[in-house]
Amino acid sequence: MISKIYDWIDERLDITPMWRDIADHEVPEHVNPAHHFSAFVYCFGGLTFFVVVIQVLSGMFLTMYYVPDIENAFQSVKYLQSQVAHGQLVRGMHHWGASVVIVMIFLHTLRVFFQGAYKKPRELNWVVGVLLFFCILGLGFTGYLLPWDNKAFFATQVGLEIAESIPFIGTEIKTLLAGDPEIVGAQTLTRFFAIHVFFLPAALFVLMAIHFIMIRRQGISGPL
Amino acid sequence: MRRGKGLKFVGDSRVIDKETRDKIPKDYSEYPGRTEAFWPNFLLKEWLVGSVFLIGFLCLVAAAPSPLEQQADPNNAAYIPLPDWYFLFLYELLKYNYASNDYIVIGTMVIPGLAFGALLLAPFLDKGPERRLTRRPIASSLMLLAVASVIWLTYESVASTDWEARAEYSVTNEAPQLEVDTSDPGYEVYQANCLSCHGDALQGNAPVGPPLVEITYEPEAIKEIAINGIGEMPAGLFQGTDEELDLLAEFIYSTVNQGEGGASETGDDTEE
Repeated sequence: MISKIYDWIDERLDITPMWRDIADHEVPEHVNPAHHFSAFVYCFGGLTFFVVVIQVLSGMFLTMYYVPDIENAFQSVKYLQSQVAHGQLVRGMHHWGASVVIVMIFLHTLRVFFQGAYKKPRELNWVVGVLLFFCILGLGFTGYLLPWDNKAFFATQVGLEIAESIPFIGTEIKTLLAGDPEIVGAQTLTRFFAIHVFFLPAALFVLMAIHFIMIRRQGISGPL
Repeated sequence: MRRGKGLKFVGDSRVIDKETRDKIPKDYSEYPGRTEAFWPNFLLKEWLVGSVFLIGFLCLVAAAPSPLEQQADPNNAAYIPLPDWYFLFLYELLKYNYASNDYIVIGTMVIPGLAFGALLLAPFLDKGPERRLTRRPIASSLMLLAVASVIWLTYESVASTDWEARAEYSVTNEAPQLEVDTSDPGYEVYQANCLSCHGDALQGNAPVGPPLVEITYEPEAIKEIAINGIGEMPAGLFQGTDEELDLLAEFIYSTVNQGEGGASETGDDTEE
């Protein structure tokens, strides 16, 4: 049955080459922990991706309850946390996942750096990877405000003051992020929500696609 | 991209060099070492590792519920801000003399800009062909220094934070929510004299003012405290006429004790 459906689609779209590009390749010995246990360091990139998938899925479920508005944001999070079945678990996954993804991407970055895997010809993939790192930090920063509790509000105020201290364009950047040069309020919350849920994930997906296509084209760097 | 510029890749590279460009791709057995097919053999192992990782992650989530503090109150001037742990190193950096006040640009822009800029452009700064970290001492020592500083700054920040005091901010310590009649004439007096420390619904404002929702004072005692203070509350905070003081005491007393009178009545209603 499945193979008939596959053949039907393949006849029209010729998907077998795509399948080859995604799945049909060899894993070299030096990255396979089954052969060399120390090769577990190659897992960090994959685990980063795995946690990002957890973040995307748990985040999608969080938006089913979350209300990005200063009157209701906190109440909706509190309701989700205390009343909704498994709400605490889903929010917990998103909250702790944010920390775990930072740890994993940090370890992945150190692995690539200390193995010199960013050397020619993989310079561009390193640059894309660091941009992904910035994206994830931005997601962490914008997501921190969304529960609209005291911790969120005051940490964001400090963050925006840091943005404001940039010479010449600081106030403009702060206004862009917060919606107002002075007030951290309703506008700030909706903007951070938009950045956290639409802008940064869009950038994240594009950069991840480029990151993975480049890995598939160039292959994993050889053993040291 | 022009192919065949003499690029050599190890493993599963898809970039074809000149000699093999027009030939059939090499058989798996041609690659050096004990390679393994990604699908399905290696993916199965990855899936197993992923499952174990997920179980560990869910144990963490179940063991440590995600924190939530009391609702944001922009008027809470006593609150000490603290970012999430992965920004603590930047936060701590701003406490150093030459990275704050007049030199704030050094702390917020110059040092992080140089560090993250160098990270972004690492392949163009460290261009040599050597990959082993002992053979490129400048790059690896700078990276080790950066990692050590981040860990040190984070440690300093964590050590200087009073985590027990921060736990007070948690929503689990929040006083029960009271129905406040904001049209009560006493509420205006409350707003003018008490709200900044005791919150807009008597819920308190950690750490400056405790909640009033469970106090047991009679109106006379409330008046006494408003004028003379109690504990850490100084005298003379109430500034108004005697009539306003009466309104205030009556408002606080009736708001705090609304449960006793009202609850039994509504209880009767629902039973009937």
